[in-house]
Amino acid sequence: MTSKFRTTRRRVLQGAVAVGAITSAPSMFSIAHAQQQSLKIGLSMPQTGGLAAGGRASQLGLEIWRDDINAKGGLLGRKVELVIYDDKSSAAESPAIYAKLLDVDKVDLIFAPYGTVQTAPILPLAKQRGMVLIGNFAFQVNAKVGHDMWFNIAPWGPADSWASAFLDLGQKAGGKTLAVLASDQEFSQNVAKAAKDVAAKRGIQVVFEQNYPPTTVEFAGIIRSLKAAKPDMVYVTSYPPDSAGILRAVNEIGVGDNVKIFGGGMVGVQFSAVMENLGSLLNGVTNFNSWLPEPSMFFDGTKEFFEKYSKRAIEAKVDPLGYYLAPFGYAQGQLIEQAVNAAKSVDQKAIAKHLRENELKTIVGPITFAADGERKESATLMAQYRGVTDKNLDQFRTVGKQVILLPERLKSGELVTPFEALRK
Amino acid sequence: MINDSGGVFETTTGRGWGVFSVELLIESIIFGVLLGCFYCAVSIGLSVAFGLIDVPHIAHPAFLVLAAYCVYILNDTWGIDPLLAGVLITPLFFLFGIVVYRLYHAMFEKRGSDAAVRGIAFFFGVAFIIEVLIILQFGVDQRSVTAPYIGKSWRILEMRIPIRQIVAFVVAVSLTLALTLYLSRTFTGRAIRAVAQDEGALRLLGADPIRIKTWAFGLATAILGIAGALLIVVAPVEPTLDRAYIGRTFCVVVMAGLGSMSGTLVAAIILGVAESVVLTSFGASWAPAISFSLLLAVLAVRPQGLFGR
Amino acid sequence: MRGNDVAFAFGAMLFVAAAALTTFLVGNEYPFFAGYVILQYIVLAVAWTILGGYAGYVNFGASAFFGVGVYTSVFLAKAFGAPLLVQIAVAAAVGGFLGFAVGLLTLRMKGIFFSIATIAVTIIIDTFIVNWKYVGGAAGIQVVRPPTMAPFESYVKMLFVVQAILVVIAVATARYIQNSRIGRGLQALRDDELAAECSGVPTLKLKLLACVISGALMAAAGAPSPMYLQYAIPVAAFDLNYSVSALAMSLIGGTSHWLGPVLGAVLLGVTQQWLTVNISSAANVLLLGVMLVVFVVAAPRGIIGLFVRKKSEKTP
Repeated sequence: MTSKFRTTRRRVLQGAVAVGAITSAPSMFSIAHAQQQSLKIGLSMPQTGGLAAGGRASQLGLEIWRDDINAKGGLLGRKVELVIYDDKSSAAESPAIYAKLLDVDKVDLIFAPYGTVQTAPILPLAKQRGMVLIGNFAFQVNAKVGHDMWFNIAPWGPADSWASAFLDLGQKAGGKTLAVLASDQEFSQNVAKAAKDVAAKRGIQVVFEQNYPPTTVEFAGIIRSLKAAKPDMVYVTSYPPDSAGILRAVNEIGVGDNVKIFGGGMVGVQFSAVMENLGSLLNGVTNFNSWLPEPSMFFDGTKEFFEKYSKRAIEAKVDPLGYYLAPFGYAQGQLIEQAVNAAKSVDQKAIAKHLRENELKTIVGPITFAADGERKESATLMAQYRGVTDKNLDQFRTVGKQVILLPERLKSGELVTPFEALRK
Repeated sequence: MINDSGGVFETTTGRGWGVFSVELLIESIIFGVLLGCFYCAVSIGLSVAFGLIDVPHIAHPAFLVLAAYCVYILNDTWGIDPLLAGVLITPLFFLFGIVVYRLYHAMFEKRGSDAAVRGIAFFFGVAFIIEVLIILQFGVDQRSVTAPYIGKSWRILEMRIPIRQIVAFVVAVSLTLALTLYLSRTFTGRAIRAVAQDEGALRLLGADPIRIKTWAFGLATAILGIAGALLIVVAPVEPTLDRAYIGRTFCVVVMAGLGSMSGTLVAAIILGVAESVVLTSFGASWAPAISFSLLLAVLAVRPQGLFGR
Repeated sequence: MRGNDVAFAFGAMLFVAAAALTTFLVGNEYPFFAGYVILQYIVLAVAWTILGGYAGYVNFGASAFFGVGVYTSVFLAKAFGAPLLVQIAVAAAVGGFLGFAVGLLTLRMKGIFFSIATIAVTIIIDTFIVNWKYVGGAAGIQVVRPPTMAPFESYVKMLFVVQAILVVIAVATARYIQNSRIGRGLQALRDDELAAECSGVPTLKLKLLACVISGALMAAAGAPSPMYLQYAIPVAAFDLNYSVSALAMSLIGGTSHWLGPVLGAVLLGVTQQWLTVNISSAANVLLLGVMLVVFVVAAPRGIIGLFVRKKSEKTP
């Protein structure tokens, strides 16, 4: 009996210890507060898990900006410090991390992680705390939350602009019917939905529609059904693990000569490892991208950035090309740099006002924001792979391997049809 | 209407059936058989380890993915043909299997029924560790191998069949045949089957059941070398791929009836055809549930499997 | 015996009171964000122990029950704007029902077969949710929190207290089962199901009961999650990590006493939270697997076994 009583007491004690341990945690980390002078920017980044490859590249881009700005004497005369935690690519991790950033680390500014999934839970938090949140490639995450201090660095622009661009190209080439192949994951589903909405508006007939789970191993069956539907345009929204499986099956099964344009929303084929791996399987695919080494894409500082990035990427073992995310990590910093300098403080409202009302200069081109915090004008590239050979990463550094078809102002070539013509 | 408006499950049936024809059905059955043979190759090791000698080998699919990564290293570094690489790593996996079984036996099997619970947890933990170690070493990116037979297809009439699937088919069938012969014609093979039936009787005959079981588990793990090669030949691999195969491999082994090699082949083909037909008719979204639904149905209705001993 | 119960009730009340009090004393929200996650793991681990520890059925499907809790809440919030307490109550009922169904389906399955069946249930339910567009499907769904309720100054602090109450409910249930005839029956069932049945223990009924209670508690643990994240997505709700964690925390803590899973969850939960914000390395996910293997091999009775070995040997 007494022994039972003791366990009960131990239970209570131990509960108290647990609470104590949590509440005392802040004091354990207070060492970081020693450097009062530094201006802290807090964020989580997927350093492990499914989004890690992109997360690391994005982070390196941001770190290069930090080093550049600190070499220039910092922001408001304060040294810029990045406080970054690993969110493991999981939505479940980010709320606690941002609570710590805001309440314990007392950061001055917050950036969003690379990934819509982890951004979704923190956007309402940013709104509740009245914090500016600089987005990092999340897709249509603010539509429901409506935070007026959200600014997404991604080139997406209006929700449907991306699908519109793809269908513009397809229709110009004479496409009338559409097939949609989408991964059962959040980003792919949202992008696919936009495409279906645009198609409905324009009266394009959807002749094939297939969602597949991320664990799908064999795509030959899906591609066979797709081919049987004889579409003119094939809109694919896939994730890195499936992109290769799909393109391989396309090579084996074929999709037919009537397909004018293939691709659109394939995630993963922007990353070095996947590009090198796929090689010639990429030829003919028209896909979205954010930055490419075509002459139209170089702005003030872009060339210098990639010189630094190429060197540091090798040491850091991240994506050696880094086109897709890294320059945008740098540009996130540039946004804040201009806004903070204009506001002459880290006052969130003043920063948001500057970002909302001005055209901002970045290494990925000038940026203006719409009321919902997305780009006013889409800068999403639609580019076609051409003349790609196997097992050669450096070829992607040259002009003409990924020809930009849209938007008009950045264009470097025309669509070549049919899709399979470039694959022989 | 392009998008259905809430409340109901979205199936792609509406559009899927539109293009669903007899030819497509025949094609999907043929592909299902090929896919099934591949499933047989990746499950047959488990049929020995779990079916015959009762080891709750949850880590089997993790070992499979590990083997695929070993094949990747050999192919990527020295350009060794993936199937040859699979054969080359079998001795290594044989030893690995022996070590794992000895550990499992000493820690759990010997300690009686209560330890069985922890034995399951042990393999679960091992699978988790393998997954993380692969991530640490190779990252989360998918890996694939190059070989002349990957990415090409054979044209038969209007049909184009990927050669990699034919390779998988040939290897799987020969593997099954070889194992069936081994288990019925050789002394050790018969002893392995005997140990599954009656350990005591085997001991009376003067054979050490533990040594037999160790050998069997080593063999089961060694086969994974070749199965892992097929895995990476058929599709690119990524570290958490094992989760998709827990359902498929256990479904095949349980449906086959524990320990039947020819049953394994038939069960695997049933699964492959089921997945392939559902994929072309109802949509791929429902594919992951198929193996598990089949498995649950078999467990609930006929736990001894279709070809049970 | 009564003295014990009074002491336990007093301790439980003190625990909830302390949790509530800290929400007023501590302005900083981070401890509550992190604390919520740890408390959630305690509920999961304790619930897992009722079936996995007492009855010896290894459940790999904790994430299925957790996810069912999550999506019951999402559905109720979207369809009826139901308040949090209703969400939790209904989630528990649905979880209990699912537990009953799983128990019925696996009535005669033992050992590994039961475990595999629970994985199967997880994948099947996950697939259904992925294809159910009303609750967001694979794309996930953003959930808007209702305004914070009176005594609490923030929603997260309220969720923290709610989860603390769930911990008390889970622990009290586990403790009751352990000390009652049910617990002894389950133990008999674990040691030798056939013998237990022969000596008149209603094994099937007891097993079903354990499935129902364990399932209800796990679903309840997941129910507040959409409000915590303000977001729900199948990959997070059905994350295999919940299954591994519930199992590992329980086995590491020790399954013979309700204190075991609590200890395991606190130890592993605090360590994981600490690692997340201190060491940014993939190696920290190794911790769970390695500790699980080390404990099942080297300390079969878990942490609790290291301390109360003598006592448990004395009790029949």
